[in-house]
Amino acid sequence: MDDEDVRTLKAVFDRLIPEDQFGPSASKVGCLDFLDAQLTGGYGEASTLYREGPEQPHEEQMLQKAQFIAIPRERYRAGLQALRAYILETDGASFADLPPSRQDEILAGMEQGTIKLGMALNTGAFFELMLTNVREGYFADPYYGGNKDMAGWKMIGFPGARYDYRAYTDRTGQKLNLVPVSLVPKN
Amino acid sequence: MTTRRTNPKVDAVIVGFGWAGSLMAAELSRANMNVVAIDRGPWRDTFPDTPLTADPDELRWKTRRELLAPPHDTTLTMRNTLDQTAVPQRDFGISELGGGVGGQGFQWAGMAWRFNPWDFRVRSETIERYGMARAEDGELQLQDWGITYAELEPDYDRWEQIAGVAGQAGNLRGKLTSRGNPFEGPRSREYPTPKLKTLRMMEIFNKATSEMGLHPFTIPCANVSQAYVNPLGVTMAPCTYCGFCSSYGCGNYSKASPQTCVFPALLNNNPNFRLITNACVTRVNKAADGKSVTGVTYIDQNGSEVLQPADIICLTAFQMENVRLMLLSGIGKPYDPLTSEGVVGRNFSFQTVSGADLWFEEDHINPFIGAGGLGSQIDDYNSDNFDHSSLDFIGGAGILTLSRDGTPIANANKLPPGTPRWGSGFKRAYSNYYQNYGVLFNQGTSMPIKRGYLDLDPTYKDPFGLPLLRLTYDYARNDRAMATFTMNRAIQIGKRMGASQFSAFNFAEKPFTTAIGASNHTIGGAVMGADPTSSAVNSYLQSWDCHNVFVVGASAFPNNGGYNPTGTVGALALRAARAICGNYARKPGALQKG
Repeated sequence: MDDEDVRTLKAVFDRLIPEDQFGPSASKVGCLDFLDAQLTGGYGEASTLYREGPEQPHEEQMLQKAQFIAIPRERYRAGLQALRAYILETDGASFADLPPSRQDEILAGMEQGTIKLGMALNTGAFFELMLTNVREGYFADPYYGGNKDMAGWKMIGFPGARYDYRAYTDRTGQKLNLVPVSLVPKN
Repeated sequence: MTTRRTNPKVDAVIVGFGWAGSLMAAELSRANMNVVAIDRGPWRDTFPDTPLTADPDELRWKTRRELLAPPHDTTLTMRNTLDQTAVPQRDFGISELGGGVGGQGFQWAGMAWRFNPWDFRVRSETIERYGMARAEDGELQLQDWGITYAELEPDYDRWEQIAGVAGQAGNLRGKLTSRGNPFEGPRSREYPTPKLKTLRMMEIFNKATSEMGLHPFTIPCANVSQAYVNPLGVTMAPCTYCGFCSSYGCGNYSKASPQTCVFPALLNNNPNFRLITNACVTRVNKAADGKSVTGVTYIDQNGSEVLQPADIICLTAFQMENVRLMLLSGIGKPYDPLTSEGVVGRNFSFQTVSGADLWFEEDHINPFIGAGGLGSQIDDYNSDNFDHSSLDFIGGAGILTLSRDGTPIANANKLPPGTPRWGSGFKRAYSNYYQNYGVLFNQGTSMPIKRGYLDLDPTYKDPFGLPLLRLTYDYARNDRAMATFTMNRAIQIGKRMGASQFSAFNFAEKPFTTAIGASNHTIGGAVMGADPTSSAVNSYLQSWDCHNVFVVGASAFPNNGGYNPTGTVGALALRAARAICGNYARKPGALQKG
């Protein structure tokens, strides 16, 4: 990814999970670092996927779910390129420089299928990929580079990587106010 | 393929070292048989793979599925009907094979059921109670198992003792109690450890269903509720309700698994047993007369082809792989969906799932406290526990709620209908509803159909160049009607529970797909029975065609009950092992007349 791609992705992530009264934004808690690490490793290479051909046109219809031979790293590259070209065409600007309301309009269009970023790209699936990954970054253990200060867990009240709740099993229906714990040891 | 070598001959070879394989290896080696187990995955154990410092990690284990065999190595193709071209399942889907020793048993949830007595005799019971037309509707292909619940009870009991199942009897030797499940088959004794705690979502469910005159009970769970030593002499520690069970190892030695319950007894200083890991069995080799087999061929971690001769071959791989190995080896006649003739690949079934997602207001469910198998269930609408005379289907579902899975990545999808999926609207909703979400999950029976079967795909191959398995299946009309009926019961229960919002779901409303995880309980393909023309194995899981082949797993179920399959897999494995160590060892040959 070049700098422009990173700028675009940061802007997208920060509309998907913005800064507000519920907690910090995606980029602030490290979701871009999270994605970078994921795309560099086995996930980015689709090391677990079955990628043998032939790729058939009715795969998504049969399975009721899109699937890809293209690896996530490549899907990001192609998706961000298509997004860049589309917005240059419609707005004459970069996604990152648009007002938030317009950014949301574009993202909602991608999500709902009213915007197609070009013939070769499954726009809806690209949106879902970004949404899936930003949520992973926001809610996975800080060990993976996102969810800094366990902000995502604090937002919902998840106590994290604890392994023993025997002291609390009888306190059903009570607010427990447990401070979350990460797999990363405290300094 | 490079060099070909031959290992020394053994009494028995075990193909796939999960629950079925490890239980059989333990029983056979205890009977002084010389046993080799071969698993395609690596060695894996609680320590060093999933200790408490690595186990509670949703991204690694649940999202990325690092304990499963990746589709890259083994997957299947699917289609709904015979006239379609099947497509490969490229990502993780419903077919979840364990990626190392222990198989799925290392990362399973831990619901530890026995099937209902009715499940074993669906065909006979349906004809007796509702008439032939209900059993023979033109689509269904019902057949009895060739054994009864009563015959399997001692093996269920031993499996529960080995796993240390936590639960409370509802039917103790015919005496019903209101504290357990009054619809269960008679048990010879109480569960090995007491039932687990009743958590918040279970409380809400128990109160509502009791008020409705239904019979809630705690699901039997393979997490010991107190320190326990099993019959093999293995020690387990009490469950800590950490909630990291389903898709995870157990860092605490509480959840039953082959590693926790069987390996220590089998692997310590046992001259009768050898384990070969990272080795994929590709074929069972038939003898010249075609009536028996001589051993297996596998590809080792260096890519060399190796022969392992043995007197007895136990196929104890995942359900799908058992069927595939039989097809690849030419053991038993492949099934023809047009004529219903042939036995291998026949009677695929699944789990017919419906239910309702529920949201409450101002509660503190604390969903992070739980265990994989922990929940409450009613069986009032399961099996044939209710009168089907005026209904247009047979079967039913266990309607359950769960106290587990409070994991934040996955639960971000569990928000009321119409909630924004991103932006501040998403964050507001998730901040609130994380603590206020519950589910009613109807785990429904699945009845085999004539046109639902497994064979080898004509196009797609695995990394060894062997054909993938092809699944042709769609939900039976019978099962669609059942799922709608139980979904409506779940809606009634959800309302009574006081949910402010609910969203009903029914996987059987749409065509079947392997890509969306309604359940991972794939069933059948090498089914057991009393008739060699409609079953691949007899009631001891012995191949009708080759007497020294035993095919053990959920592949043997001719239909699926409204329960998780593992307990029945465990019981059938112990039954097969008993037969091998007893009558078969004394006189090798067919244990049953066809």
